[in-house]
Amino acid sequence: MASTNLNPRGRQVWSLAALFLGAAIFLFPFYYMVIGSLQEEPDTSIKGAFPAQGLTLHNYADINSRVNLARSLVNSGIFTIGVLLTTVVFGVLAGYALARLHFRGRGTLFAVMLLVQIVPFQLLIIPIYVLIVRSYGLADSYLGMILPFAINSAAVFIFRQFFLQLPDDLFAAAALDGASELRILWSVALPLVRPAMLTVILITFIGPWNEFLWPFLVTKDQSLQPLAVTLANYISNIAARATNPAGAALAGAVVLAAPAVALFIVFQKRFTGSELSSGVKG
Amino acid sequence: MSRTAEKALGRQPLGIVFAAPYAVFLAAVFAYPLGLAVWMSFHDYFFAAPGAQVDRPFVGFDNYASVLKDPAVRRSFLNVAEFLIINVPLTVVLSLVLATALNSVARFRTFLRIAYYVPYVTASVALVSVWLFLFSKSGMVNQILGPLAPNPSWLVNSVLAMPVIALFVTWKQLGFSILLYLAALQNVPKDLYESAAVDGATRVKAFWNVTVPGVRSATTLVVILATITGANLFTEPYLLTNGGGPDGASASPVFVMYQKGIEQGSPDTAAAIGVMLVILVLILALVSRKTLERD
Repeated sequence: MASTNLNPRGRQVWSLAALFLGAAIFLFPFYYMVIGSLQEEPDTSIKGAFPAQGLTLHNYADINSRVNLARSLVNSGIFTIGVLLTTVVFGVLAGYALARLHFRGRGTLFAVMLLVQIVPFQLLIIPIYVLIVRSYGLADSYLGMILPFAINSAAVFIFRQFFLQLPDDLFAAAALDGASELRILWSVALPLVRPAMLTVILITFIGPWNEFLWPFLVTKDQSLQPLAVTLANYISNIAARATNPAGAALAGAVVLAAPAVALFIVFQKRFTGSELSSGVKG
Repeated sequence: MSRTAEKALGRQPLGIVFAAPYAVFLAAVFAYPLGLAVWMSFHDYFFAAPGAQVDRPFVGFDNYASVLKDPAVRRSFLNVAEFLIINVPLTVVLSLVLATALNSVARFRTFLRIAYYVPYVTASVALVSVWLFLFSKSGMVNQILGPLAPNPSWLVNSVLAMPVIALFVTWKQLGFSILLYLAALQNVPKDLYESAAVDGATRVKAFWNVTVPGVRSATTLVVILATITGANLFTEPYLLTNGGGPDGASASPVFVMYQKGIEQGSPDTAAAIGVMLVILVLILALVSRKTLERD
């Protein structure tokens, strides 16, 4: 914190300097991930972090030959797109109902939705595993992977919050014209929901794409494992046999990180407190 | 619509149809598993061949007793306590200070926001590979420290393994807390700062007397979310310290749950750990709400 006698500009300079220092510390591991993935031999010296030459894509070929990178990416894609589809379709319906429709059980549903945010699914992993793998026999299937994530509660929350903010007059006018609830949702509410949709896609995407524990438990078949699981298995089992184990792991890490980071940079404007905090605190 | 139907179903019963898929989902992957976890924890539950009829006798608090006596379980709960003692204050202080700074600058905001949020959106598994590289025995951190490098090295040192995990998670999650504080700062009335300046308060005083109380509800939320993150810890001890090592020094309760429930085939004791965690998280959430929002 700057002292009082500095003028506001002086304070800004100090704040900026501190923020840039923090940003450099925050971003360094990302930079190092990319550099490490391009080095032929691991070089952990300080100079090694700023190589002038000798960069190669060899590690990417190496990780691709040790694990089935393309297959893992496809699996991550199916898992993520499946969750996105079910979350968007059923989330819009539930969010709209919770925001604008008076029906029996609305209060209860809302209360359970709040509780779900506090008791996350990791704590229920054993009974969920028992149900999905043992009772329903959905081990090694995309359905089993998607099921526990199918409707993201934070997304339902964001949709609800968004529908609450729409002016009442809009709905009253449509109702006066004799439009049915279904018609109001389809032609009045949905066309306006686009901004909330982008926020929902962003926060829902990073769930399944980054998830490790659940797909790790539910898939034993390597041809079904998403990239996070494949890479984790590589790190804990196979890495010892590669010529540049760290380099190959870092190349895999870059491939895993890139889609989420790219999506976030493109949509970062939708990733703000006013959009999201309503989603977690209600 | 008749009066009785309206009374039974609500004014717009179509809402029931719209909300039904989500309600069924919550029942199937939240309410029912929660009930099953409690049931399993009071019975002698084991994995049987599919379709086989097996007897699963009621055992009262036996599973809880054996869990509470188990040194590995106790250790994992102490590890999470250590994690929270490091992670919670660090998260609250750093994110509030950084959010206040971000709020005061006019330029480079997009770049700075991206820099602070990007670990939050990136997979733990990807970030763990860089930290393994940075904190390995011959990694860059030890190269910089030279003779000051800890021996045994960070991730295989029973004193340092948990703090490194806490630091990793603080870094990864900090962006979300900054985001919550940035939203809360917009709601602190500007004239409070002006009257503090008129009273001759320094910047530090104004921060302490205006900003900190002004964002109190965000602080509650940040503390609760950090507690939940701590209770969920799995990927980091599994990968960063090679299975909660050294010797269980960084094992988390969810990791022990995985070992007992799935690797060793005692889902009943694992379910008991899960039920205890749920209760602890709810208690901690209530306590932090009560203490932070006293007035």
